[in-house]
Amino acid sequence: MGDPLSQVFAALADPTRRDLVARLTDGDATVGQLAAPYQVSVQAISKHLKVLEQAGLVSRRAEGHRSPVHLEAEVFDLMTKWIERYRQRAEARYRRLDAVLAELNNDEEAGRRPAGEETA
Amino acid sequence: MTDTMATATIEADPTLPIIRISRDFAATPAQLFRAHTDPELFARWVGPDATTTTVDRWDASTGGSWRFVGTHDGMEFGFHGCFHEVRPDRIVQTFTWEGDPDGVALETLTFEDLGGGRTRLHVQSLCDSFEGRDAWLRSGMETGVDQGYAKLDALLAAGQIAEGARA
Repeated sequence: MGDPLSQVFAALADPTRRDLVARLTDGDATVGQLAAPYQVSVQAISKHLKVLEQAGLVSRRAEGHRSPVHLEAEVFDLMTKWIERYRQRAEARYRRLDAVLAELNNDEEAGRRPAGEETA
Repeated sequence: MTDTMATATIEADPTLPIIRISRDFAATPAQLFRAHTDPELFARWVGPDATTTTVDRWDASTGGSWRFVGTHDGMEFGFHGCFHEVRPDRIVQTFTWEGDPDGVALETLTFEDLGGGRTRLHVQSLCDSFEGRDAWLRSGMETGVDQGYAKLDALLAAGQIAEGARA
């Protein structure tokens, strides 16, 4: 799990961190602002932010609770690319299925022809 | 929604470890069902290109089970699961890639009749964790091989996301 993308996915596997990221899509926020809605300490939120920071998902200009946390949007572009790659694999699979279904259609039409007529 | 989905659409749910794919086919629901339940037909389309799929076990009925092996460049990739429910409009099955034997996804396939010999396939895969789902999304799952991988690796190597991740 050492490669950068694995770190991104591992960082986002946690529901609190996913929530933090979702809230940062609205704009930068301080640790204090981010921690406010949770039943946990600012320290706990800081720990989560550290994981996100190490994965390259967020950045801070300085340490400390007043420094705004910024979401690194290009990392999400990368995730979008992974999802698109997965979609393309599914699409390739379904193109092969199209071909199989076209053949079924032909066979069924051939089956309706008068007996004795040869099919290829 | 009346638009046709000429190509597959995908959604990775942000709140649940789910992947949803939809795709329209020029076939009846019965034909699409057959292509999913007849092992000979299934083996012809499931694997990635340049992969030979061999069905090892196949009982496409409620309570039945399945296993198939994909062979790509001399490497074998086994998959197995159970058919929880098999109906003409719906298949519910479990799905395990044997490279990650503890991981299991619950797949629900529905065949929506659009009329005029067209059918919309919906596939929902519920994974057992976000990590499992995301690993699935990012891995080559079936073979671990495709061209997109190389491009993405190049992107990673170029440092697009490396700033925070690799000091």
